[in-house]
Amino acid sequence: MTTPDIDAIVQAVLRELRADHGGTTGPTALAGPATGDGLVIDLPDPTTEQARRTIGVQDPMDPEGLRNLCAATTARLGVGRAGPRPRTASLLLFQADHGVTQDAIYGVVPEEVKAPLNLFTVSTQAADRAEYLLRPDLGRLLSAEAKTTIAERCTKSPDVQICVGDGLSAAAIESNLADIYPVIDQGLRSAGLTIGTPFFIENCRVGVMNDVNTVIDAKVVLLLIGERPGLGIADAMSAYMGFHPEPGKTDAERDLICMITVHGGTNPLEAGAYVVDLVRTTLKHGASGVHLRELTSATT
Amino acid sequence: MLLRTKLFGETHEFGGITELLAKANEEKSGDQQAGIAARSASERVAARLVLAEVPLGVIRENPAVPYDEDEVTRVIDDAVNETVFGEIKGWTVGDFREWLLADTTTADMIRRVSTALTGEMVAGVTKLMSNLDLIHAASKIRVSAHCQNTIGLPGTLASRNQPNHPTDSVDGIRATLYEGLSFGSGDSVIGINPADDSVGSVSRLLDMTYDVITKWEIPTQNCLLAHVSTQMEAMRRGAPVGLVFQSLAGSQKAMDAFGVSVGLMDEAYAMAQKHCWTAGPNYLYFETGQGTALSADAHYGADQLVMEARIYGMAKRWHPFQVNTVVGFIGPEYLYDAVQITRAGLEDHFMGKLTGIPMGCDACYTNHAKATQNDIENLAVLLSAAGCNYFMGVPMGDDAMLSYQCTSYHDAPSLRQTLGLRPLPEFERWMEDLGLIKDGRLTARAGDASFFLQR
Repeated sequence: MTTPDIDAIVQAVLRELRADHGGTTGPTALAGPATGDGLVIDLPDPTTEQARRTIGVQDPMDPEGLRNLCAATTARLGVGRAGPRPRTASLLLFQADHGVTQDAIYGVVPEEVKAPLNLFTVSTQAADRAEYLLRPDLGRLLSAEAKTTIAERCTKSPDVQICVGDGLSAAAIESNLADIYPVIDQGLRSAGLTIGTPFFIENCRVGVMNDVNTVIDAKVVLLLIGERPGLGIADAMSAYMGFHPEPGKTDAERDLICMITVHGGTNPLEAGAYVVDLVRTTLKHGASGVHLRELTSATT
Repeated sequence: MLLRTKLFGETHEFGGITELLAKANEEKSGDQQAGIAARSASERVAARLVLAEVPLGVIRENPAVPYDEDEVTRVIDDAVNETVFGEIKGWTVGDFREWLLADTTTADMIRRVSTALTGEMVAGVTKLMSNLDLIHAASKIRVSAHCQNTIGLPGTLASRNQPNHPTDSVDGIRATLYEGLSFGSGDSVIGINPADDSVGSVSRLLDMTYDVITKWEIPTQNCLLAHVSTQMEAMRRGAPVGLVFQSLAGSQKAMDAFGVSVGLMDEAYAMAQKHCWTAGPNYLYFETGQGTALSADAHYGADQLVMEARIYGMAKRWHPFQVNTVVGFIGPEYLYDAVQITRAGLEDHFMGKLTGIPMGCDACYTNHAKATQNDIENLAVLLSAAGCNYFMGVPMGDDAMLSYQCTSYHDAPSLRQTLGLRPLPEFERWMEDLGLIKDGRLTARAGDASFFLQR
């Protein structure tokens, strides 16, 4: 029996013990010292799938039926109530899930993540995080300094230019880049493609791909970028690909693999293989996005 | 036209009514993004000083989009009651604010003046009002409507049961619906945002919700928030539609971006009267939100408050059962933080009521806005004090489909019990009969979805 199983049983027994006190109105005191001496608080992680599924309704009319209802959706059902308000555990779980989104959005991708992949860092025209959130247009344009740096340090006109951007989740890059990047890099190299000099873009929106390619002139630009965090899943990455991006091109001319995360999405190793496949198809047809889908549906 | 004032010795001049209105607006990131906001806090107040002196008649003559170019402008202007307008056209915006707030001005007097207002007038006076002005004035105005039950009566607060599911699972949505009903959510509407906009999927969910309503004899209405053309096709095929929904925007071009027009909505309204299974006479449900016109590049240099007020002026044409702003959904580039979201929620609610439509609010936020659940709980309390008709109910405020957070199933009963408000009367009687509520408070049976497995 694994530890979470034991924890769940202990929790269930404790709940039943409390329920047996049906008539009492105050909180049930568990045996323990009244002073802090010897107090040990050592909690299991409330964000595990199993812990999330804990039923909070006290004395449900149909316990088995309620479990089935809760299993029918990812919505937060069966949470119960304290008076009209949420119970403490579900309130704090919600706050944890929101907290992790805020840490992801306002986080900074550390150098330790970029260094092993030799990524240097440039910025968009958004001066800081606040301006980035307020002005999506500025996040789609490289700063003048960035353009100079890229022009100096990067190989021009490769088959594929790889860029990494923080987007709306630094955590997405921290969690997934080390796994996805080698798969893509090796996959493209063994396909005999030339790969440009990779770099990292701070305060980055997807549309920056167009601006990048005014300097690089790659056949394909690939951008790995953090997605807007959902509640409880804050580290999802997207991979955007475009055939010869240039100013004016939109999402309609890009391909996308989204929800790359080990937390309920596509595993980054697996996603890396898809990316390689998609880049090869893009180069073969000389098209991406809607245009590529038209061409491939015509030939299959 | 000369629009000028001195302030602290400095001269501020404004080029026209649209510019003046924009600069008088409370700070909003969307107006800044559009490059039309006041450049300083003192310029904002200077604009308000001038605006306070502008007669309402002049505002009517200068709509954000010209009459000849825009059907939204035409719908609003053509509906103005000329007799009442004749009485108020000489009032300045500043006079109008004081008249609204005066203890001698009754709800009926305001409702009468509503018949003569355009969106720009409504937005104009809103810019001169503080948050408590907006709450107090709105609290005087009750706009009620009837479909299967009665919304908007004094002393009531309704809740839309919003049991969304990421892939429209019928079982998942039914389970969530039960959870909400057990908390007393669903008196405004059982309203689902479908992930799949197809007629088949939408009809399936209409059937399921109608079955639950019938089996439990719930005095409420169902609604699938698909595109209106999908709902019209579902009605043609005989699906049980309670309310017909559509998102609206404040200019013809912005409406076009939503794939709708005044003509299409006229058609939908006529179909609703012919096909809805509900009693009526109010059959429509609209959602709105500041910033939609700008995001469609269809704002014509007008600020997002003006464009929002124009939606309400147009919406009146179809006698809706309920209208709500989805106030924090659009993101921080339009409403940056909790201060802006709170302000916009209070503004929109007031403007809807002043226009004469039954107004609720989806008090919500996205994860990249500077806001937390505490902030929208605050907004819900403020709006309840202002007499807001309804809020959303979502499991723990976390929508499983739309990736945003709004008010929880817990919040309607919490607001009701804290502020002495009640569910809609028909719905409260239903809850009492089932033993889920007593004397306005949830009973021990409430909050348990498995209660609804009995039938």
